[in-house]
Amino acid sequence: MAELTHLTMAGALDGLAKKDFTAVELAEAHVKAVETIRPLNAFITETPDKALEMAKASDARRAKGEAGPMEGLPIAVKDLFCTKGVLTTAASHILDGFKPEYESTVTSNLWRDGAVMLGKVNLDEFAMGSANITSHHGNVISPWSPGEVGNWSRQLVPGGSSGGSAAAVAARAALGATGTDTGGSIRQPAAFTGIVGIKPTYGRCSRWGVVAFASSLDQAGPMTRTVEDAAIMLRSMCGFDPKDSTSVDMPVPDFRAALTGDIRGLKVGIPKEYRVEGMPAEIAAIWDQGIEWLKAAGAEPVEISLPHTKYALATYYIVAPAEASSNLARYDGVRFGLRVEGGNLKDLYENTRGAGFGKEVRRRILIGTYVLSAGYYDAYYNKARQVRTRIKWDFDEAFQRCDVILTPTAPSTAFAIGEKMDDPIQMYLNDVFTVPASLAGLPGMSVPAGVGSDGLPLGLQLLGRPFDEETVLRVGQVIEKAAAVTATPPFMA
Amino acid sequence: MSLDKATVAKIAHLARIKVPEEELDHLAGELSQILTFVEQLNEVDTGNVPPMTSVAAQKLRRRKDEVTDGGYRDAVLSNGPETAEGFYVVPKVVE
Repeated sequence: MAELTHLTMAGALDGLAKKDFTAVELAEAHVKAVETIRPLNAFITETPDKALEMAKASDARRAKGEAGPMEGLPIAVKDLFCTKGVLTTAASHILDGFKPEYESTVTSNLWRDGAVMLGKVNLDEFAMGSANITSHHGNVISPWSPGEVGNWSRQLVPGGSSGGSAAAVAARAALGATGTDTGGSIRQPAAFTGIVGIKPTYGRCSRWGVVAFASSLDQAGPMTRTVEDAAIMLRSMCGFDPKDSTSVDMPVPDFRAALTGDIRGLKVGIPKEYRVEGMPAEIAAIWDQGIEWLKAAGAEPVEISLPHTKYALATYYIVAPAEASSNLARYDGVRFGLRVEGGNLKDLYENTRGAGFGKEVRRRILIGTYVLSAGYYDAYYNKARQVRTRIKWDFDEAFQRCDVILTPTAPSTAFAIGEKMDDPIQMYLNDVFTVPASLAGLPGMSVPAGVGSDGLPLGLQLLGRPFDEETVLRVGQVIEKAAAVTATPPFMA
Repeated sequence: MSLDKATVAKIAHLARIKVPEEELDHLAGELSQILTFVEQLNEVDTGNVPPMTSVAAQKLRRRKDEVTDGGYRDAVLSNGPETAEGFYVVPKVVE
């Protein structure tokens, strides 16, 4: 039933409501699709039995007239969200065998609203990476890779860290997936695989039960094939949670109702500092095209300045590792996961952490430990927090003059596994357009806008004022409709 | 900023991560490269700029200091690599 896996969430909800098919049929089609896309290595854990059981319960609820806003929709869950009784690895060796005794708030919200779990999807280890090549469970291959399946002529990355989420949704094995974004981990993989990904304002989605990377930056969000689907799924994921001290107690709007298509008179900020030196011509061209589309829909582009943009990556690569080094102190071989014995407690810690963390995670913990250590705290960590304030002020000022900001999502289309691997800084540059909004806690979304000369997807990014996801979604849908991208990955379930 | 091998070994010890001796040189090179990259922040005037403590303009909520949940000893211990008698087991730390 290939056609069921090619539906949008909105389309599937209609079909379920009209009894064209049942949630069990929809789940069965997706369970099969998950098997079909195994060569992509998108899933760490498949949960077909759970999917069918949840779908059955969903059909029963619908029959009783108790259908939730996501009733019967099969989704994939990034393996960073704790799921009760289901292996949760954060793609790290150090969490071997960890089966949480509790459910994250975000996934609880999704199940409350009727969603069905297909399984746990791959990611960069502890969400640290931009290519999904640091997972202990292996690389994820993009469904856009050219050549024969399993024998690709170029193995393209799906982006990262939510690479499994992006690959599963793009390859039509899930109607949507949860992602998390610390510096671009929802938006960049969405751009690389031609799907939609939105990171809401910091505080919208509860972080409770999400394996922590950098707590002042981490935000969950949906990855879907349309803007409307993102609006549906985001509404279910958000909401106040007393168990997360930074969760914001604000009503969650009906994001779908914001998709009016009317952006007349809206001021769209174009930050001049994002025209970075050496920007590929096709990235500049799609950005210009985006401006034209919004103009044609009645919006008014205004040039804005975000003067501290060039310092965002350096700020991020102090703040995020500092927080990570502290958060990841809990993996000690005593309470969960891997344990490598040693003669004394110190050796047990060092052996476990030496064997359990991959190279990128180790590198970031060491940087974080260094910048927080005595004598360097002020020079590095405090300095970075001050520059972060200035970056936030830049956005505050810009939003006096505009309602939404338009930029490219990533500086290139997807690259192949093996490229950009020798130099950590080169890899970090992938996030040059996404990191500033993360530091400022702003909502940001990537929308498919076209394909490059290599036939691979290009995304445009929209950034909004805090808690104004509605404008971001509304403008995003205008771009989605104007772009009307028809290209699909060569490999789909 | 350039880190030497001894400094990397010291940081690794602070972070309680065992790093094989033969990897220290390479790691020192990588970490030095990252530190050199982040040093561009010194160009920014941060004279009277407060360091960011919270990105959302909100205060931490207060709540009553009372027990509202708990009693999960076995659930908490269920993922422990080695447990006994309701405790985690670690190598002897007191002689």
